[in-house]
Amino acid sequence: MTQTSDRYSNRTYRRLKALKRIGLYAGVTLVLIYMLFPYYWAIISSTKTRESLYSFSLVPSLDFSNYISLFNNPIFMGAIVNSAIIAISSSVLSLVISLLAAYALGRLHFKLSRIILICVLMISVFPQVVVLSGMFEVIGWLGFYNRPAALIFSYLLLILPFTTWVLTSFIRDLPVELEEAALIDGCSRMRILTHVLLPLMGPAIASTGLLAFILAWNEFLFALTFILTDENRTVPVAIGLLTGSSRYEYPFGQIMAASVTVTLPLLILVLIFQRKIVAGLTSGAVKG
Amino acid sequence: MASVTLKEVSKSFGAFDVLQSIDLTIEDGEFIVFVGPSGCGKSTLLRAIAGLVPVSKGDVFIGGEQVTDVPASKRGIAFVFQSYALYPHMNVARNISFALETARMAKAEIRQRLTRVADMLKIGHLLDRRPKQLSGGQRQRVAIGRALVSQPQLFLFDEPLSNLDADLRMEMRFEIAKLHAEIGTTMIYVTHDQTEAMTLADRIVILNHGRIEQVGTPRELYDRPANRFVAGFLGSPRMNFAPVHTDTSSGLLHGPSGFVFATSGTGSSQPVTLGLRPEALEIVEAGTAQSISGTFERAEDLGYEHIAYVRLSDDLVWTIRSTEPLSGHARGQAVGLGWQIKDLYLFNEAGIRVDVEAARGPVVAVQS
Amino acid sequence: MRNRETRTAWLFLLPLLVALAAVAVWPLVRNVYFSFTNAFLDNPSEYSFVGLQNFITVMEDPVFWGAVTNTMIFTLISVSFETVLGFGIALLLHRAFAGRGLVRAAILVPWAMPMVVSAKIWEWMLNDQFGLINKALIWLGFLDKGIAWTADSSLILGTVIFIDIWVTTPFMVLLILAGLQLIPEEIYEAAEVSGVPAWKRLWSITLPLAAPAIGVAVLFRTLDALRMFDLSYVIAANNEKAMTMSIYARDQLIGFQDLGVGSAASTWVFLIVGLIAILIVSLLRLDRSTA
Ligand SMILES: Nc1ncnc2c1ncn2[C@@H]1O[C@H](COP(=O)(O)OP(=O)(O)OP(=O)(O)O)[C@@H](O)[C@H]1O
Ligand SMILES: [Mg+2]
Repeated sequence: MTQTSDRYSNRTYRRLKALKRIGLYAGVTLVLIYMLFPYYWAIISSTKTRESLYSFSLVPSLDFSNYISLFNNPIFMGAIVNSAIIAISSSVLSLVISLLAAYALGRLHFKLSRIILICVLMISVFPQVVVLSGMFEVIGWLGFYNRPAALIFSYLLLILPFTTWVLTSFIRDLPVELEEAALIDGCSRMRILTHVLLPLMGPAIASTGLLAFILAWNEFLFALTFILTDENRTVPVAIGLLTGSSRYEYPFGQIMAASVTVTLPLLILVLIFQRKIVAGLTSGAVKG
Repeated sequence: MASVTLKEVSKSFGAFDVLQSIDLTIEDGEFIVFVGPSGCGKSTLLRAIAGLVPVSKGDVFIGGEQVTDVPASKRGIAFVFQSYALYPHMNVARNISFALETARMAKAEIRQRLTRVADMLKIGHLLDRRPKQLSGGQRQRVAIGRALVSQPQLFLFDEPLSNLDADLRMEMRFEIAKLHAEIGTTMIYVTHDQTEAMTLADRIVILNHGRIEQVGTPRELYDRPANRFVAGFLGSPRMNFAPVHTDTSSGLLHGPSGFVFATSGTGSSQPVTLGLRPEALEIVEAGTAQSISGTFERAEDLGYEHIAYVRLSDDLVWTIRSTEPLSGHARGQAVGLGWQIKDLYLFNEAGIRVDVEAARGPVVAVQS
Repeated sequence: MRNRETRTAWLFLLPLLVALAAVAVWPLVRNVYFSFTNAFLDNPSEYSFVGLQNFITVMEDPVFWGAVTNTMIFTLISVSFETVLGFGIALLLHRAFAGRGLVRAAILVPWAMPMVVSAKIWEWMLNDQFGLINKALIWLGFLDKGIAWTADSSLILGTVIFIDIWVTTPFMVLLILAGLQLIPEEIYEAAEVSGVPAWKRLWSITLPLAAPAIGVAVLFRTLDALRMFDLSYVIAANNEKAMTMSIYARDQLIGFQDLGVGSAASTWVFLIVGLIAILIVSLLRLDRSTA
């Protein structure tokens, strides 16, 4: 019901508007501080040593000795290499498998496609601990125990459902006409996938791949369980197990340096691919 | 009911000026139509009046009161959107009465108003349905009902009929005209359909590139367009234009072949373009006195009217409209185009219409 | 034609089905199988069946029920806070302001980091002696002496919840924001011009229309919270006050090498999570069908 009798003067509304604007920016600033400050603090702390670490200065002190000792630490550097190999291999493997599947699920008509998609979704939400003992056995049979291969293999559980789901919804969003034109020209399905759809899906695959990489790079439970020796560890476990000789000698500066090192490249990539990542993360959820 | 006054209203999105210093006064009870090409700022202007976009500069008055910063909800207006914007999760009855409920109006009063509006728009049988279960025309009626029920002092419509098919559009056009006649509330209506503009408006506002080109009654705009843009914008098919130049020694105005026109000396405002509406032209035999010569291109029979195309030069084709059949000429055949002085429009360098009689003195057409 | 398409589809699906069978279905089946045996991890091929004994052992273990309670408290509180906070932030970021795209990207930071890193950063910030938070609280006069947020057993679950909210709120914001963006702007504008005040627009239009998106986000987050492992493991190690179901099951399995009991615990976890999932899904369904 529109009423004009009980309204304030134009000037009051102008002030209210200005206030709202200020409130909006204040709110956004608060959110940003909440979300970003801890990471900023980690960066600052990583550039401090000893006494300065315990001063509470908000500006970095540009002392890189933490980083130097970190890069001279063979276990940590080894962990970075392991993590990179494992994350890249499992993402690429997952992308290939799920791209094929996504094409079938997103484009080809057959009865069980919906049920398979739901099963895939269910697998993505069930607790990893439930497969731990069975996975242990399978990894033993394959002879993967305490090897990077164990993680490449087990991360399929983590990544495959996710990439399948996201790629399926990306493929569904592509215009069907393109494919129909190719079909009329007599292309095989495989050729359509590799020559018609794939070139169009560059950004989608890049962002899905990045998300898959992040999942693998950040994983902790399997990495902790299936890898026994330090030289085969991945980054999260290496950081998780970094401890000093006593509680008071906890090497916080070094841990912060490690934390910054393993996340900075990731964060930069995420910021670059921001739009696509958001699309990937939400596509399944919103439509499903 | 309320008048609306805009004083030097400007709006820019970043560096892009969408509205540039708009001055406009709308009288109480008027039906005003904004027309103009796509992207000229019609919707933006309407939304500025509604308070849905803040203006960058200038002032908006509704009912004589300054409302420039007053939020839309306090302006006493109703808005009908092109997409209807019905609440998808409410049925028709609640869609219409939602605002009344919010204002804590008594249940009985709400029901009474709802029934009246539903009767008026013939949607009484749809009250329990969700928007999804309605046809385009029905949704349109509900959207209008929702606007009506709050008894606003000003109605704003943004291309309300553009999603409907031709028949329905005509029917709804009629309904809206009837509605205005019944309730007499001030209405501002945006469209780019000139039939809607011509038939509905008390006055039309023609916008182009964020500026007002001309304001006036449909008749005024059609008969006495202020400039070349307005002349070309109204009318279907649009007005035919051709370049002209004045021979300063003889004072003769030369146009397309066969067109010569005596003037009494050169005024300050030299015409550079002439315009003739398609219905002001008639196909005559080639070489007829005072006719413009060209070659026949093709004819179209639309049943109720006939259109013909005549080529005047390599890059100039004119349109002729008539209620009589225009066929009977072969493609490429030489023809003449007869015209009358009263139908001639002349425009100067800046595109402003030059008054033929006043600027040039009595015009004498001579034979070439 | 139809037949061929179906055959091609299965061919394309084959690698996925094989992979999922190997990493999900088979291990799950084996897990259930092991839970009826007395196998040990060091020699899993020698065992005998013990019926429901392992399930009973787990059920009679107060530590298990402690872990279940912790997980439930953790899930309930952190998901509720994340939903409210996420909805609030999503509403804020849904408005137009300069630099909105950048802000939306920036809030992804906590989400994109490894949980271990987040845990370590907060552990550092919450350190009793050198942590910034304690320092700030003392400076502001709320405390006299730093609190050992990550060591004090009575605070540890709260600390874990607090960190989890920080880590996962961005995900919630994203999902809800995506839901908000599906609501056409004109619907709000229609309500605004007809005089509906802002709180009522939020309550009667935004909330019902965003409800499906919020529901899905809550479902995902709940299931994710129920299986939480890394955060508690890093922050609380084996402190029973913050032990989750996943940590308990892994402890039995790897720590004590008891394949049978560990598998039974995992199976319990599976059943509990499955039950809750079914509950939420049917609630959402119900909501959708009545709406
Ligand atoms: N929120 C916005 N941000 C930036 N530019 C905008 C915004 N809204 C409108 N514009 C631009 O302003 C110009 C005028 O837009 P407006 O919607 O008023 O046009 P219109 O006359 O209603 O066109 P149409 O007939 O197509 O509806 C357009 O060029 C449009 O791109
Ligand atoms: Mg418009």
